[in-house]
Amino acid sequence: MRYDVIVVGAGHAGCEAALACSRMGKKTLLITININNIADMPCNPSIGGSAKGIVVREIDALGGEMGRNADKTLLQIKMLNSSKGPAVRSLRSQADKVTYKKEMLKTLEATPNLIIKEAIVADILVEDNKITGITTEDKETILCDACILTTGTYLKADILVGDSRTPEGPHGEKRANFLSNNLAKLGFKLLRLKTGTPPRIERSSIDFSELKKEDGDDEKLTFSFDNITYYDYKNQVPCYLTYTNEKTHKIIMDNLNKSAMYGGFYETLGIGPRYCPSIEDKVVRFKDKERHQLFLEPESMYYDDIYLQGFSTSMPHDVQEDMVHSLKGLEHAKILKYAYAIEYDAIDPLQLKPSLETKIIENLFTAGQINGTSGYEEAAGQGIIAGINASLKLDNKEPLILSRSDAYIGVLIDDLVTKGTIEPYRLLTSRAEFRLLLRSDNADLRLSKKAYEVGLLSQGRYDKLVNKEKEIEELEEEIKTITFPQYKCNLSEYLKRPEVKIVDYLDKFSKKYDKEVLEQVEINHKYEGYIQKAKKEAEKMIRLGKKQIPDDIDYSKVDNLATEAKQKLEKIRPRTIDQATRISGVNPSDIAILMVYLKRHYNE
Amino acid sequence: MNDTIVAISTALGEGAISIIRVSGDDAINIVNPLFKGKDLNKVKSHTINYGHIIYKGEIIDEVLLSIMKAPKTYTKEDVIEINTHGSIAVVNKIMEILLLSGCRMAEPGEFTKRAFLNGRIDLTESEGVMDLINSETELTRKMAINQISGKVSKLITDLREKIIALISNIEVNIDYPEYEDIEVITISKIKNEVKIMKEKLLEILKLSEDGKTLKDGIKTIILGKPNVGKSSLLNALLEEEKAIVTDVKGTTRDIVEGNIILGGVKLNLIDTAGVRESNDIVEKIGIEKSLNLIDDAELVLLVLDASEDLSEEDKFLLDKTKDKKRIVIMNKTDLSYNNSYDKDIIKISAKNNIGIEDIKEKIKEVFNVGSFLSKNLMFFTNARQIALLKSAIESLEEVEKGINEEKEIDMIEIDLKLVWEKLGDIIGANYTEELIDDLFSRFCLGK
Repeated sequence: MRYDVIVVGAGHAGCEAALACSRMGKKTLLITININNIADMPCNPSIGGSAKGIVVREIDALGGEMGRNADKTLLQIKMLNSSKGPAVRSLRSQADKVTYKKEMLKTLEATPNLIIKEAIVADILVEDNKITGITTEDKETILCDACILTTGTYLKADILVGDSRTPEGPHGEKRANFLSNNLAKLGFKLLRLKTGTPPRIERSSIDFSELKKEDGDDEKLTFSFDNITYYDYKNQVPCYLTYTNEKTHKIIMDNLNKSAMYGGFYETLGIGPRYCPSIEDKVVRFKDKERHQLFLEPESMYYDDIYLQGFSTSMPHDVQEDMVHSLKGLEHAKILKYAYAIEYDAIDPLQLKPSLETKIIENLFTAGQINGTSGYEEAAGQGIIAGINASLKLDNKEPLILSRSDAYIGVLIDDLVTKGTIEPYRLLTSRAEFRLLLRSDNADLRLSKKAYEVGLLSQGRYDKLVNKEKEIEELEEEIKTITFPQYKCNLSEYLKRPEVKIVDYLDKFSKKYDKEVLEQVEINHKYEGYIQKAKKEAEKMIRLGKKQIPDDIDYSKVDNLATEAKQKLEKIRPRTIDQATRISGVNPSDIAILMVYLKRHYNE
Repeated sequence: MNDTIVAISTALGEGAISIIRVSGDDAINIVNPLFKGKDLNKVKSHTINYGHIIYKGEIIDEVLLSIMKAPKTYTKEDVIEINTHGSIAVVNKIMEILLLSGCRMAEPGEFTKRAFLNGRIDLTESEGVMDLINSETELTRKMAINQISGKVSKLITDLREKIIALISNIEVNIDYPEYEDIEVITISKIKNEVKIMKEKLLEILKLSEDGKTLKDGIKTIILGKPNVGKSSLLNALLEEEKAIVTDVKGTTRDIVEGNIILGGVKLNLIDTAGVRESNDIVEKIGIEKSLNLIDDAELVLLVLDASEDLSEEDKFLLDKTKDKKRIVIMNKTDLSYNNSYDKDIIKISAKNNIGIEDIKEKIKEVFNVGSFLSKNLMFFTNARQIALLKSAIESLEEVEKGINEEKEIDMIEIDLKLVWEKLGDIIGANYTEELIDDLFSRFCLGK
């Protein structure tokens, strides 16, 4: 059997990658360890969040599935930061873990060119530094022209609870024992990373009466630009809020030596993320803090688990019992699943090109946690890019590379391949220097045209985009014609005032404009000064981004480069001068020397 | 890479003229509005044009302006060279205006770097250029970095720490909006802090400017009893340098008679002639006003009459100015010499233009001008820092504007970040480290 593309792993990255490939006409095989765990959410039952919600919008704008799938399955949704500026607004939802998987599987199965197979991949086959296929642990060989590894946390995964270390993946799944070792043999540098998940509590054992309720927003919201709502916004499932207390903290401090992370049971431990510390981390590091906030989030309507966000721990089970029971509302709580930490292999993302193709093996792509990231959205964002670029590569076309001023996905991938990571990487708003350009509201305007050009976005969606752009233009013109003699200005200028809202002038317009069109025009005017500033900065970067560095450059031949710069440039092999400027240890003079070298030898 | 850079390409101070060089895509766009003369967009390349540098309606200097359009220039970019009168104050003022108008201070050696980057010269050639000019650069580089006194530097560091605390808190609010235990930074919370910061920055600005009196000119009063020859001295001084450069906005308190450039140093001469002087009564209001002027003055030229012995008034003024930077001048040496005061004095005859040179030398000595001039970068970085400081204050005003317009906190934070970055530039927190190891850092400014 031979496929155009094999996708290894069917988590959030794998699903997007496989869908992108098959939708772009590639005969695609999606391999998973367990078909029932496709698009699983092993950690929080949530899609979106600050910055991440924008990534979901971007995935949707690119023709991906995550936004649509979340819309179909959400229990609750809200717009974060709605009281702040448009740049930082972002959607966050609670998604039903059961239906999320089911809906995604349905979509995958209904997609032409896409085959799903259960297996564990043991090795990849390489000839002349080019991928030719994979072999499974059952010794089956499957050939392909391109392969995308989206193995999540399954590479040599270990589950850590207290002093126990069990070689298995999340939910007691089998782990992939051989693949990472074989990747190392091919020359990949591996990282060992760690992440954790909190306990799940039985809903009926929690006393919610004393806890603060957290509802969704009282309006229809969707991730997808399809704008189809599948949920009853008047009837959303709430989350609840509780806090740790003195008693909890005492239990933790008294038992610190029993924690897998603090107990010193293992000599080498994976590196965990700073932004997602375990509760013992929080208590130790922020001793002055009297309490820590915990969210109780529903996992599904089809089973009884409540996810205790903020309470991830690697304490042994008996200590976890005591800790949970010290919490208000959870005095008699029944733990259905204990918290655990998981350690897994990843590859150093500096070994990737911005297209997410590996530098060592041609036509081999990687996406998601294998690249050192954390988060469903980050994974899916890479997945769709890897899928698009694997397909483009097979068609001998230039890869789709999103810049830092195009998309959060661009920021994410640029950070990974330029700076690398030592901890599971999470997107944050503060990582985006052009966040004012990378808004939730304009993801389609930023990206959909690109997706259409590579052949992923549907005609219907493209037509919708073109129409939206046309309407924005019309409205921009129209507001110039509506004047306010008493203020000596037109609506276009008047809108700049903070108190002026475009919706108050709808009766003055010649036609009914879409809500989204009104929103774009209002934001463009209200924040014009800020947006201009950001655009100017972005242009500088884009100018340098146009200066390409040829793939075949031999840095050892570039005289006068500092040794450190030479090593870093050789290792990272930046694609453009702009990317090179962000590599630590590469100084402006090195850039200068490099540019002159390029001009000389490549006439650029 | 192609932003527009500026630097002083001649040694600052003494020379008859100084040349300020601007290079980059926007060179003409930036300089044109500041230049009163021919429209620079219309003049031919490689021409010299006469006119004035004007800023906010004020004539800064009479200049000759060479315009050289790309690519046949040193940097292969549009280049403008402004030939100004050689005074430190004027050159610094023009630099500051250019920086505020959108130029960036050239890094050490950046013109050469651009020539190199744009393929005008190769590395060996640029190394050669470097050898020619690097005699003073190690010193000047160090000076540029160490220039700010520890005190100001510390003030700025403290301010930056305050700002970064605000910024990171706002970022946490953005990234973790659901965490209710984290303090939420609101407009009203930062309003006061921003106000205090601005006051601090304005104070630092004032300090920097005060500390470098040479920048705006030295507030100089000519003091003495009636008929001692103050006016003659004033005239002699004014004639000494033909350049009566500008009128500085005089405050209501100071009546500025004129600005002169003396040995590369600008003096703002303040006339005290209007002050009523009476031979007898010290209590008169006029004297009080005179005393105020003394307090304010940065330099006192105290004129005595060589033909008479010290009067009560002379003694009073000598005593009153004993803690000031002052130069005691004995005028009318052409007449009989009866004055018994023989401390450190300069003997002149203003009427016959004798001894004016000596005053000039003395002023340079008093203000230690020699050492400033020999390390010219100091003024240069000074202009840079002051421009950055002003620019930081401007960004802070944008923050205030945002607050007043009740913009969202995350929008306001964008400008707050700019303040932080600009303050970082002043103390070299952002890129100094990188630049020090930089090959091109061994270049002096300009060529």
